[in-house]
Amino acid sequence: MQTQLGSAVFPRLLRRSLSYIPSILYSLHSLLNLFHFFRFLSNSSPQSQKHKEMASPFLSNTIISFSSSLSSSSSLPRLAPSIPFSAIRSKSTPRRILTVRSKIREIFMPALSSTMTEGKIVSWVKSEGDVLSKGESVVVVESDKADMDVETFYDGILAAIVVGEGETALVGAAIGVLAETEDEIAEAKAKAASKSGASTPSAPPPAPTPAAASTPAPPKSTPAPAAPTVAEGPTKTVATPYAKKLAKQHKVDIESVVGTGPYGRITPEDIEAAAGLSPSKKNVGLAVVVETKPAAPAKAPAASAAPSSLPPPVPGSTVVPFTTMQSAVSKNMVESLSVPTFRVGYPVTTDALDALYEKVKPKGVTMTALLAKAAAMALAQHPVVNSSCKDGKSFTYNSNINIAVAVAINGGLITPVLQDADKLDLYLLSQKWKELVEKARAKQLQPQEYNSGTFTLSNLGMFGVDRFDAILPPGQGAIMAVGASKPTVVADADGFFSVKNKMLVNVTADHRIIYGADLAAFLQTFSKIVENAESLTL
Amino acid sequence: MHSTLSFSRATTVPTTNYAFHSQSPINLRFCGLRREAFGISILTRSSSGRVRLSTRGRSKRISASTGNNGTPPKSFDYDLIIIGAGVGGHGAALHAVEKGLKTAIIEGDVVGGTCVNRGCVPSKALLAVSGRMRELQSEHHMKALGLQVSAAGYDRQGVAGHANNLASKIRSNLTNSMKALGVDILTGFGTIVGPQKVKYGKVGFTDNVVTAKDIIIATGSVPFVPKGIEVDGKTVITSDHALKLEFVPDWIAIVGSGYIGLEFSDVYTALGSEVTFIEALDQLMPGFDPEISKLAQRVLINPRKIDYHTGVFATKITPARDGKPVIIELTDAKTKEHKDTLEVDAALIATGRAPFTNGLGLENINVVTQRGFVPVDERMRVIDANGNLVPHLYCIGDANGKMMLAHAASAQGISVVEQVTGRDHVLNHLSVPAACFTHPEISMVGLTEPQAREKAVKEGFEISVAKTSFKANTKALAENEGEGLAKLIYRPDNGEILGVHIFGLHAADLIHEASNAIALGTRIQDIKFAVHAHPTLSEVLDELFKSAKVKAPASTSSPISEPVAA
Repeated sequence: MQTQLGSAVFPRLLRRSLSYIPSILYSLHSLLNLFHFFRFLSNSSPQSQKHKEMASPFLSNTIISFSSSLSSSSSLPRLAPSIPFSAIRSKSTPRRILTVRSKIREIFMPALSSTMTEGKIVSWVKSEGDVLSKGESVVVVESDKADMDVETFYDGILAAIVVGEGETALVGAAIGVLAETEDEIAEAKAKAASKSGASTPSAPPPAPTPAAASTPAPPKSTPAPAAPTVAEGPTKTVATPYAKKLAKQHKVDIESVVGTGPYGRITPEDIEAAAGLSPSKKNVGLAVVVETKPAAPAKAPAASAAPSSLPPPVPGSTVVPFTTMQSAVSKNMVESLSVPTFRVGYPVTTDALDALYEKVKPKGVTMTALLAKAAAMALAQHPVVNSSCKDGKSFTYNSNINIAVAVAINGGLITPVLQDADKLDLYLLSQKWKELVEKARAKQLQPQEYNSGTFTLSNLGMFGVDRFDAILPPGQGAIMAVGASKPTVVADADGFFSVKNKMLVNVTADHRIIYGADLAAFLQTFSKIVENAESLTL
Repeated sequence: MHSTLSFSRATTVPTTNYAFHSQSPINLRFCGLRREAFGISILTRSSSGRVRLSTRGRSKRISASTGNNGTPPKSFDYDLIIIGAGVGGHGAALHAVEKGLKTAIIEGDVVGGTCVNRGCVPSKALLAVSGRMRELQSEHHMKALGLQVSAAGYDRQGVAGHANNLASKIRSNLTNSMKALGVDILTGFGTIVGPQKVKYGKVGFTDNVVTAKDIIIATGSVPFVPKGIEVDGKTVITSDHALKLEFVPDWIAIVGSGYIGLEFSDVYTALGSEVTFIEALDQLMPGFDPEISKLAQRVLINPRKIDYHTGVFATKITPARDGKPVIIELTDAKTKEHKDTLEVDAALIATGRAPFTNGLGLENINVVTQRGFVPVDERMRVIDANGNLVPHLYCIGDANGKMMLAHAASAQGISVVEQVTGRDHVLNHLSVPAACFTHPEISMVGLTEPQAREKAVKEGFEISVAKTSFKANTKALAENEGEGLAKLIYRPDNGEILGVHIFGLHAADLIHEASNAIALGTRIQDIKFAVHAHPTLSEVLDELFKSAKVKAPASTSSPISEPVAA
């Protein structure tokens, strides 16, 4: 059955539109809307309308919108005439006659602002069964900016409400169904019933994804994926208010995110990591964090608000401000003071290592790679030394062994990370290391290439330093300081003297999680590995 | 009438009055005249210091009058005694001196009361910091102004120090102003022992009894903590603790979304915390005009790191201990069923304030408090258990619960002094403005729109609403702070102003044009001819008055048409 919409409709509708004008002359802002409105009137053609109306400038501004369209596939050209604003009546151009197949229409959630993606139904002005006439307010919708009355463009009967008061619906989703005559109400209701299943209920609590593997989270940009130990306690997800907001904004399923905050709660950083964004806040990652964004104010100020009691500078001295990298080092060093550290030293016989080094050197293996490999193998047997203490209340066992190696570059210090150093073989590790150093010199390291370390190695042996003491970078459990290997006279158990190459290593560790015996055992293992250096090539 | 200012959650927790305490302007009436004038007090807890006896000659009569308790003495040590040296008591004392009364004020804690020491004053210091932090952190805002600022940071100790310094400065100003005027400050806990007779003293010292022709109770209020909530002062705190800013938690739950809660959310979010509101009513910011609270929510809550639970009670809050966070159990306000459990780093209890009237000796004069409040009539005269007025006894401020705002207490005190010096006076509470110092600020005077509509129906008149936006104000746009709305509720037939609500830059300062108009009975058709400097924020109200459509003509004897100085 077809109904014709005669051309006489247009003047009426336009008159309706005109009637808004006084109310929109409310502020400058509204004037702008009015401008859009006119532009809309002059630009749009019926053809361009169709279902695209939601995106039209008309609707994207605060002027009241229509929200219905045809539910059938036929195109109901909307009432946006392209005729100039004046002379509406006189022109009264022969309009194309539009056909409507069905008179059951859906009322859509309108886009009330350009940024609106979903709207909340504040209240239904009309209730089911009410007779509506064109231009009447039907529903009040709350957008991100304001509450708006939404009117109908059609006469009819409000057959069914699909989205109830207080619920939200995406822009363009059906929120109600309009029937033209009473006869069609039943049909419309049936239609509504089929709709309502599909509509978005308010505050959608995302169903927990059963398989953890199906996380939408991107690779693992999280510096340290939490080990199973963390996953104890109540299964309830705790997320901070901002984390929830971010999750909604970036469409991250919050149930699938592993919280790394205090008490395992999901922090905004966790969501950012899950959404693949670079964290905007403090990077708890590594010794050297090149901050691209200013850190949030809350944490750092202790350092910056330096006491004014510093002595005045010596006359003639030059003040050179820190570079970004130097600031990051400075900040991390000050932060490290909050961790209770202790040190354990160990002499390691390196004859076997030196012999191996001579052998593999032509193949491009460096001492750094050898030491990193040895440390990684020892760490594999002592996971606690590879753990870290994030909140002062728990161990975070890292599932990967990522060896960060301190490198001095051009007025700075950076720690490129050899990821999974225990798993890669010596040659791959060496190759990897070469790439990292090149990248570091070119300042092209990606964040996870310098902040994903779980253990740090610092070697000053090449300068002839026999022993030194390293500062533990925040976020890690231990750092190893390696001195030079030197020929040393040693006496064995039988009282025989011999000369062996000995190197002193000194490990600084966080005593909240790593105790003396842990470190001693780790060093013993490390020493054994170095003394049986052949195992490094396996 | 002033439900604007009080949450009415009394149904569920009958002992409370979730009224807001005075996070609001203090210095109202004395501005300019006596700059130091401020507040009063409330807590009559004892603190250090010796009891100071009145040095006036009449002190001899003290012993004479103690002899015959129960009968009013023939002559008095003082004309007026005020129990409590907060803002209300202070305002009353200064006015009493002006009227020539011999006045004493009894204070058991510190002069200045809640407002100066634990309320409006230190919170304004914190809000001053949060406002600047917020501005400096808003890259967008700075860029729009063409400013470049590197990362803003703060020193917690420094911020806390600012708040503390401000409180002690105002406190000493207050004390000095009373001393300079000859008000006797009697230290100790004041108790009424009989008609026109007050006993005061500290624990462990002999009490002193003084007599006065008239007595004003101005003992104020203390933070109300619903049962089930364990306040440890560290992780579960009230506004008293929060103002010391001993720590800035990563995540804090604020129980109650009235003035106090809202202002603290402004402070905490500016300092980097995330906030969760817990509100018993179905919507946030109850008590504000609905349109204003909706807009405020869009600006002050939604874009910030804040989420909220409405329609729930925090029935149990356990402080952080044994390696566990603060645990909050939420119960549905209607079904009383357990709804959710929150784990946060801290909880601030901002559920309102309870009157501090225990130990006042009200039983000696047959007065029974109602939920702790001292019952009074519209002239602040105390009503006894039989419904009769107690002669020569008045109660002002938070202790009577009429309108829990510092400046309302002061206005009530002045009204009482007017009465005892022979001029009948009834304070129009509808002319008392209220403000919330968030960024931007919220202020109001008179009725909200629903209240006005209800009144209109009951009394059979018509009302209209006019609104103006800050977006059209030059000064607001110059500051790049165009967000805001001013709303006027009025009678179109006679131009009477029923209520004005403002949300926007400096709203708290803008409201006084409207509150003065209400207090003086100025009609819209007259005030619209008043001239405002251009460009100023005050033009928001100018435009508001001008946009009202009043049928009545401007009065011919408008004060504006007859300039005083030509």
